[in-house]
Amino acid sequence: MAGIDHAPPPFFKRGPAPLALLTFYVAISLALFVVDLRFRSLDLFRQTLSLFVDPVQRVAQTPGSLVDYAAAYLHGLQEMQADNTRLKQAQLTTAPNLQRLEHLESENERLRKLLDMRDRQKAKGQVAQIMYTARDPFVRRIVIDKGQQAGIIAGQPAIDEGGIVGQVTRVFPFSAEITLITDKDQSVPVQLVRSGQRSVVFGLGNGQLELRYIPANADVKEGDLLVTSGLDGLYLPGFPVAKVVSIERENSYSFARIRCEPIAAVENFGEVMILAPRAEQLPRPPESDGRRSNTGAPSREAAK
Amino acid sequence: MQPTFSSSRILLPVRPWFIILSLFVALLMNFLPTSHWPGIPDWAALVLCFWSIRESRRVGMGWAFVLGLAMDVADGAVLGQHCFAYILLAYAAAAQSRRILWFPIGQQALQILPLLIGCQVIQLTMRLMTGADFPGWGFLIGPFIAAFLWIPATFLLLLPQYQPVERDENRPL
Repeated sequence: MAGIDHAPPPFFKRGPAPLALLTFYVAISLALFVVDLRFRSLDLFRQTLSLFVDPVQRVAQTPGSLVDYAAAYLHGLQEMQADNTRLKQAQLTTAPNLQRLEHLESENERLRKLLDMRDRQKAKGQVAQIMYTARDPFVRRIVIDKGQQAGIIAGQPAIDEGGIVGQVTRVFPFSAEITLITDKDQSVPVQLVRSGQRSVVFGLGNGQLELRYIPANADVKEGDLLVTSGLDGLYLPGFPVAKVVSIERENSYSFARIRCEPIAAVENFGEVMILAPRAEQLPRPPESDGRRSNTGAPSREAAK
Repeated sequence: MQPTFSSSRILLPVRPWFIILSLFVALLMNFLPTSHWPGIPDWAALVLCFWSIRESRRVGMGWAFVLGLAMDVADGAVLGQHCFAYILLAYAAAAQSRRILWFPIGQQALQILPLLIGCQVIQLTMRLMTGADFPGWGFLIGPFIAAFLWIPATFLLLLPQYQPVERDENRPL
């Protein structure tokens, strides 16, 4: 039995058996999957990895952006001039409102002070360029070119010239991921402008939104405008979100099916403005024990 | 090694840096903006599958894991989704490699197809189980195109290993 502790010659060495390796790697990847999905505690790991992946992704985006740049260059002087005239006209039409806005705001501030109400927070933010839409076909997200380095934090709302586009959900060192309001089950607390009724609008995942939990006999009409209600503490109140396009009222359901279209050009490329996080809020009312368990809403955790 | 086991043409040994380069290029191609078009194959899966079959001792589940992680982070997908699918793909490809290389190249492509479809179906199942929306059947077209591309991919990836056809009298190999 003397030969038993002889190691095999090195040319027979093939490492661990394939099945053992498979078990090992499958265990790791499934653990990653569950931890990432359930506990969302792998953000630091993801950020570290993104430091290596991000440069490669930027390189891969260059041909596309070069083509875009060339197309814009060849776009032609004439169209540029037409654009310019149109924008000047648009500026002129909004000018009277804008000029009075400052006056109205200061008046509003004074009146609110007289009524002893809290000041309205002014909307501030920074403009970010959309780099690309996330490759994952299961979600609707876009990636912008500003991240932790620019002071972006998770939970900040993003708007364009029309209204709310989405919300920052993940932040990387040099980029950030915005989940669009049309992503499945992405929710925005809203208020109907006409009736003042508050509700929550949910993304459907197909480019539309749905206003849920509105009683079938509620006062909602096609064409109603929905603006943010600001009750969530993340979105500032008053930004346009969506417009009601169809209402189905069936007697068999207690709620109406209300479809809405986003007002912002949610699924188009361009630039977005990332609004600064809201100032200190009033303390939240104490929660009962029953509600403290996981409600499946990560945004408030992520915002911290 | 030969292009297929039944071929009489003998290849040069593979260069490790070429394997790494090809995997990297595949990753880069996955990150291109074209990946939103319907039916664009998963290049990383294709190249990984190729090397797992040809060089199963050099490229295996370790590389699959690394590539999968990179894809997950780049996609913004759930971590582990691509990892899991790629690892199973690499394992299945390596297990089948001895058999697949006996076939002529057109039939190899047919043998690859179920592996690549499996890779997509695993990812689809994982995400549907966790409550994502069905992204449409276009998601499953990619593997078919990838299987078609198996023939040019084999040619391209083996190109550095081919030696000149005309023989030198002094060097029989």
